[in-house]
Amino acid sequence: MIAAIVLNGFRALRRDRGALILSFILPVAFFSIFAAIFGGMGGSGTPRVSVLVVDEDGSAVSERLVGALLQEPSLAASTHPAGKKGALVPPGYTAAGAEAAVKQGDAPAALIIPKGFGAHPVALGPGADRTPIRLLHDSSDPVAPQMVAGILQKVVMTALPDAMANVGMQYFERASGGLTAEQRKSIESAMSRVPVNSAGQSGPQRDTGFVALDVRDVVGEKKQNSMIAFYAAGIGVMFLLFTASAAGGALLDEAESGALDRILSARVSMTTLLAGKMAYSALLASAQLTLMFLWGAAVFHLELFTHLPGFIVMTAATSFAVASFGMLLASISHTRAQQAAVSTLIILTMSALGGSMFPRFLMPETMQKVGLLTFNAWAIDGYTKVFWRDEPVLHLAPQVAVLIGAGLVLFLIARRFARRWEYS
Amino acid sequence: MYVYHRCMGSATTAIPLRIDSVVKCFGDLTAVSGVSLDVRERACLGLLGPNGAGKSTLIRSIAGRVRLDSGSIRVFGEPAGSAAARAELGWVPQELALYPLLTCRENLEAFGRYQGLRGKALRDGIAWCLEWAALADRAGATVKTLSGGMRRRLNMAAGLVHRPRMVLLDEPTVGVDPQSRNRIFEMVEELRGQGTTVIYTTHYMEEAERLCDTIAIMDHGCVIAQGSKEELVERSFGRRSDVLMRFASSVENGAAWAAAHGGTLQEGPEGIAHFGVAQPTDIAALLDAAGRDGLEVIDVVLRRPNLESVFLQLTGRDLRQ
Repeated sequence: MIAAIVLNGFRALRRDRGALILSFILPVAFFSIFAAIFGGMGGSGTPRVSVLVVDEDGSAVSERLVGALLQEPSLAASTHPAGKKGALVPPGYTAAGAEAAVKQGDAPAALIIPKGFGAHPVALGPGADRTPIRLLHDSSDPVAPQMVAGILQKVVMTALPDAMANVGMQYFERASGGLTAEQRKSIESAMSRVPVNSAGQSGPQRDTGFVALDVRDVVGEKKQNSMIAFYAAGIGVMFLLFTASAAGGALLDEAESGALDRILSARVSMTTLLAGKMAYSALLASAQLTLMFLWGAAVFHLELFTHLPGFIVMTAATSFAVASFGMLLASISHTRAQQAAVSTLIILTMSALGGSMFPRFLMPETMQKVGLLTFNAWAIDGYTKVFWRDEPVLHLAPQVAVLIGAGLVLFLIARRFARRWEYS
Repeated sequence: MYVYHRCMGSATTAIPLRIDSVVKCFGDLTAVSGVSLDVRERACLGLLGPNGAGKSTLIRSIAGRVRLDSGSIRVFGEPAGSAAARAELGWVPQELALYPLLTCRENLEAFGRYQGLRGKALRDGIAWCLEWAALADRAGATVKTLSGGMRRRLNMAAGLVHRPRMVLLDEPTVGVDPQSRNRIFEMVEELRGQGTTVIYTTHYMEEAERLCDTIAIMDHGCVIAQGSKEELVERSFGRRSDVLMRFASSVENGAAWAAAHGGTLQEGPEGIAHFGVAQPTDIAALLDAAGRDGLEVIDVVLRRPNLESVFLQLTGRDLRQ
């Protein structure tokens, strides 16, 4: 009896493609995606941290430090903006240029080596006489400045051993005055006070390492919790995709009930019908996003009303794109069950790759690029520009162009597939 | 009674429907095979045939929803599927093609708008439909709360909200109770009374007999007979009566025996033979012959031939098989 019940269950499952996809393909797909994100399938293992380096000192010591930073495998350090292929190398970053680049999101952190650094590069212990390196960062990436600060201390130890020895001798002179037994004991006592690597510490001033750091959040220091916009966009787009999929699915309901036939026998063309369905879906998506951001403004102090133009542009473009995506899913599916299964698979995959579930900047570089194949990534990037980087609406052009362009292409493909409903 | 005046601005002198040598195949299956029909103004044409005869495909073709393999269909002189033809045509599909979460009024409004109605024309169309379908008191009820009969009536009304001059009713009584069926008959008769041309598909002979003045019998995609009920009966039986003779068990060579005595053996396990007799007393000769040939007759019925008899006579099959 139990065997018959089990057999029936498997027979039904074998004929239900939607359930099969959800049962087997979706878990494997998700496992693969998260393995690629966290397991370094992109080929680079632990992701390298991008950091811009500005040498205002120009001393031999600072040049050696910059050289060591550029060769440090954990960092993707650069002293010049990326130039076009075949063109001359552009001028190096200035402190202002590096700060602007961090604000624009070109890199999550910048190190500014100030004038006079070479004279007093390192010291042992807090309050010592030394010139601090400025670490500018974008707190939307909370990991990068911590890594840069820690790796900097390591690089100093390996790249400037003479400076370390010199400072050690100075300590020695001050602490002992001679190498008697008592003095040696005194040196050992002094050396015991040398701090360990301070990468895990936080706060605006980090002067307990060998190199003093003056840390400043150049993007988020004046903001009220504006990273909420990142989460609102990330989660919002994912649910928008589900909503658009469901709205598009109404087309399949109408096809199954015969209402679609009746509508098309009236004075409604298939193009008009699809456009109407898409308009409804886009308006619904806009309403959803607006509600999410209003809630963010009311409860999480999201600065919505000072960023309205950018919000409107991004919401319109995102809604258009997800609505066309919903139309495509409906038009390629033959039944509602099939559409639900395919939608779930694609939407969850897009959301994982596109940064709705896990920030893209924390993914390996290859996975970050793969993420650009999703609506989620472009929408999140656009909203981040608006709410986090305070960029003008014109700077949203790449995101808007991709979302609208992709939306148009998907709509045209959906229209092509919808021909099967036009006539029998 | 709500009075609704149709706009007749696009009236034309062309006949409502002209079907000329229409062929439609789905793969290897020929659903409609060279059908030609003309339907005059204010007529009610009944397309009568068993399931799979091609009635619905023909109706969908008239509605412009089928790409024909050959032949042509014109609605009031316009090609089927053209904007002008669609405006003159109301199609009530066999399925309940409604929005289940919308109310009766909202459904009518939606389908009215799809037909291009706005403002007063739309309001008038909705009001007429609600009254015609006896749903005025349920105008605000959602479809899913309606009874089966009410849904059928609303399904019909949704195809007529723009007050077309010709209506295609594709088996509108499927799955409804006798009371609701009678109400639907009254609705169709009311339409006819208002001058609407009606094409009505059914596999219920009594519906075609009651509602239609012209009947086209379809089988295997072809129109095998066409005319009024009387004409069809006259053509098949003359003045003869129909005799149904049921045997005790299936008869070996029954078909040959029935044919030898001027009848047909109905397909199926029941072993019913049909004969046309000029006089009721001719039954005695048939019974004698059956007795001589060892056939045990358990039931004999004498009846005036009807459309079902015609269909059996023409195809050897029951209409509802």
